[in-house]
Amino acid sequence: MSQFQNILDTLPYGPSFLFVDGLNSVSEEGVEGYYSFPKHAKYYDDHFKEFPVTPGVLLTECMAQIGLVCLGIHLLKGNIENIQIGLSENEIEFLKPVFPGTKVTVHSKKIYFRFQKLKCACKMYDEAGTLVCKGTISGMIVNQDVDEKK
Amino acid sequence: MTSERIYAKLLPILETYLPEDVDADEIDMEKDLTAELNINSAHLVDVVLDVEDEFDIELSNDDMESLRTVNDAITIIQNKLAASA
Repeated sequence: MSQFQNILDTLPYGPSFLFVDGLNSVSEEGVEGYYSFPKHAKYYDDHFKEFPVTPGVLLTECMAQIGLVCLGIHLLKGNIENIQIGLSENEIEFLKPVFPGTKVTVHSKKIYFRFQKLKCACKMYDEAGTLVCKGTISGMIVNQDVDEKK
Repeated sequence: MTSERIYAKLLPILETYLPEDVDADEIDMEKDLTAELNINSAHLVDVVLDVEDEFDIELSNDDMESLRTVNDAITIIQNKLAASA
């Protein structure tokens, strides 16, 4: 079991919308994790017809799940029983196409985490270490229980 | 700093985060930032961070919780400036 299993177990996604396989490192300042886009995922049948390439929204989602949500769970330091997450803004540049079966690595650096808003600078690399997309992602990360007690 | 001067500096910050369906003319001292001006919780954090930069102050979680109206913001800013003077 990986030392980051507690973070992975807290992720609020079901299997069809989970875009995190594992984490390499987690600290107060950032996180690094990875995901392999399955070669035969259903969305490749249609995006695009005859030319499968990973949709940008899924690259964004993968960066958000690793870079924002995994980091946010870590920053809540265990107050995670009723965690609620909402993406608020993102600005992403897509630099290279990501083809079916690619294992990507996401590096995320915290810009700030204040008043329950986490803003991160995220970069995604392919297996060759080529930067495929980058940008900033922000979201609200709230432990509902703690909030209601206030 | 007078509340008029604080308001003048605060106004452009609020305008930046105002949703498209709210006109800048609707901003006044009594308006509730989230309920009336429709600034969402994520943008309210942006407002506070910009206020911190503009006035060189730091707001606490308690300040954030007492922040409801434009007037509250001015009071919080005034208190912080007085404390750091």
